[in-house]
Amino acid sequence: MLIKRRTFTKALGAGLAAGALPAFGHQARAADFKAGYVYVGPIGDHGWSYQHDQGRLAADKALGITSTYVEKVPEGADAERVIRELAETGHGIIFTTSFGFMDPTLKVARDYPEVKFEHATGYKRADNVSTYNIRFYEARYIQGVIAGKMSTSGVVGYIGSIPIPEVIMGMNAFILGMRSVNPQGRIKQVFINSWYDPGKEADAAKALLDQGADIIAQHTDSPAPLQVAQERGLKGFGQASDMIKFAPDAQLTSAVDFWDDYYTERTKAAMEGSWASHDVWGGLKSGMLHMAPYANMPDDVKQMAMATEADIRDGKLTIFKGPINAQDGSAKVAAGEVLDDGAIAGMDWLAQGVEGDLPK
Amino acid sequence: MESAVLVSILLSVIAASTPLLLAGIGELVVERSGVLNLGVEGMMLVGAIAGFAVTYSSGSASLGILAAALGGMAMALVFAFLTLTLQANQVATGLALTIFGIGLAAMMGAGFVGHPVPKLPGLDLPLLSAIPVIGPLVFGQDFLVYFSIAAVIGASWFLYRSHGGLVLRAIGDSHDAAHAIGYPVIRIRYLACLFGGAMSGLAGAYLSLSYTPMWAEDMSAGRGWIALALVVFATWRPGRLLLGAYLFGGITILQFHVQTMGLGIPPQFVSMLPYLATILVLCAISSDATRIRLNAPACLGRPFHAAG
Repeated sequence: MLIKRRTFTKALGAGLAAGALPAFGHQARAADFKAGYVYVGPIGDHGWSYQHDQGRLAADKALGITSTYVEKVPEGADAERVIRELAETGHGIIFTTSFGFMDPTLKVARDYPEVKFEHATGYKRADNVSTYNIRFYEARYIQGVIAGKMSTSGVVGYIGSIPIPEVIMGMNAFILGMRSVNPQGRIKQVFINSWYDPGKEADAAKALLDQGADIIAQHTDSPAPLQVAQERGLKGFGQASDMIKFAPDAQLTSAVDFWDDYYTERTKAAMEGSWASHDVWGGLKSGMLHMAPYANMPDDVKQMAMATEADIRDGKLTIFKGPINAQDGSAKVAAGEVLDDGAIAGMDWLAQGVEGDLPK
Repeated sequence: MESAVLVSILLSVIAASTPLLLAGIGELVVERSGVLNLGVEGMMLVGAIAGFAVTYSSGSASLGILAAALGGMAMALVFAFLTLTLQANQVATGLALTIFGIGLAAMMGAGFVGHPVPKLPGLDLPLLSAIPVIGPLVFGQDFLVYFSIAAVIGASWFLYRSHGGLVLRAIGDSHDAAHAIGYPVIRIRYLACLFGGAMSGLAGAYLSLSYTPMWAEDMSAGRGWIALALVVFATWRPGRLLLGAYLFGGITILQFHVQTMGLGIPPQFVSMLPYLATILVLCAISSDATRIRLNAPACLGRPFHAAG
């Protein structure tokens, strides 16, 4: 026991030293500056929090600084304590990376006006609080186009996490993309009430495939649904990171969150004193959203997906542009009307082609 | 409903039930010996990562399964040492074991995130596995599924038909009396704990090698707690545990079908059904003092002092 602990301490010491060393090589200011990150999940989720941590590592490397991260922080009272702790211990910029960290972030920000805060996916800002998010729905539209071409049953199984606007806009973008190539396309959806539960995600995927879907789309974080598709010889889409390793014959593509540049840029701005509060909602165009390589599809579908991606990037294609019908067939967005960011960010209705009610 | 769809639904039910059954039968034997180990979730996770890591590194699923059982046993040994030898509080130690296990597994697994392993192969018998409906259900499962059924039968036989089982139950019901007759209370409880640890470890291996063949932190997502509820639901009887595990697994799968069918039943309601059932069973058995005496091990959770 004792030897083990000693070895562990030694390893820890070595790790700390290695982590600290590169910082000494830089100017004093860089070595002094600390960035803090708060994650809702474990960085081992290989999804949402994992990608944020990849961004953190990239920013640290680019700027030669050290950062602190706290993972698995519950969205509640604990979050405020963690954020306050980071602010109190001299972190110049703090990234809080889940929607539920919104109010705690603002609360702490009021008490530490000199510290810069960056809150992902929220909508409340202050002089020292920015918000930033990715237009994930752009990727969902492309996935919908691919699914419309690839599905023989015309039914896509969609695994939702929690029925918030973020998830709903993704589902709607997907069906709009799908119906642009197959007007009869349908989505069957289930919500698992969790962002991350590999077993439950796999169960949901199986149920959807048993209900006649032949392609799986997911708004949950583990590669488990893709593994189910792989096992059954069907197709699916990854989430947050490239999951092709888990489903070499099943993954069509995946939306890949790319925070590296944003974190580097914002941390640099905070270090140089040029930081200002803003609201960024980046997508394919700004490089915050990447598409994993298109795979397991015929060339014509691939061409179509790439053309769609290019059109979205160039602004030639606007996803939430009327006419869009609501689930019951009534007109929701008039022809020619374009939803503004506020309407997209607050989306609480399902588009035609999505079956089933949202859980109340 | 097409038979292919039915088979596929039943296959998902079996997959959802197996980890509950493996962990549940282990915990049942532990509790029958009078020890309450709330660390199932932690042991399961350590088993999951041990099984995954060894399978990934060695390429052998058999070695992985063995490692998972050993991993669970190592955790159980810590628990047994603390509660049986040092007589620490079992509830507190069990909870600590879960929290410790979650952290330990995450640390062990840090280097294994994002790597897949091949799924545990299913039995593939010529002719038999090709029979429609029965083939894939009965002759197409993987080793751990068969093992989980065998473990229930084995545990049932052991508890009710063997001398060892009689001793174990006697210790669980009255450790003082069993000690007075000369039975080694502590040693038997150690063995029971180790068995429970091994089974929890195998449940973890099922998760990381068959259910979703990958390692992800917290991948058990509360299944260890369901297994604990299951033991109470089963009123400490292996047969009922088997039934309960498949019922719990069935409800897990059912909730998704209920959602897609648009029956208007809130999915949250369906997903709480297993727990509701457990509470109802608890109420039922607590309302009748005789039944409690008949079923719950009388010394459950009580430390044993070898006095006099």
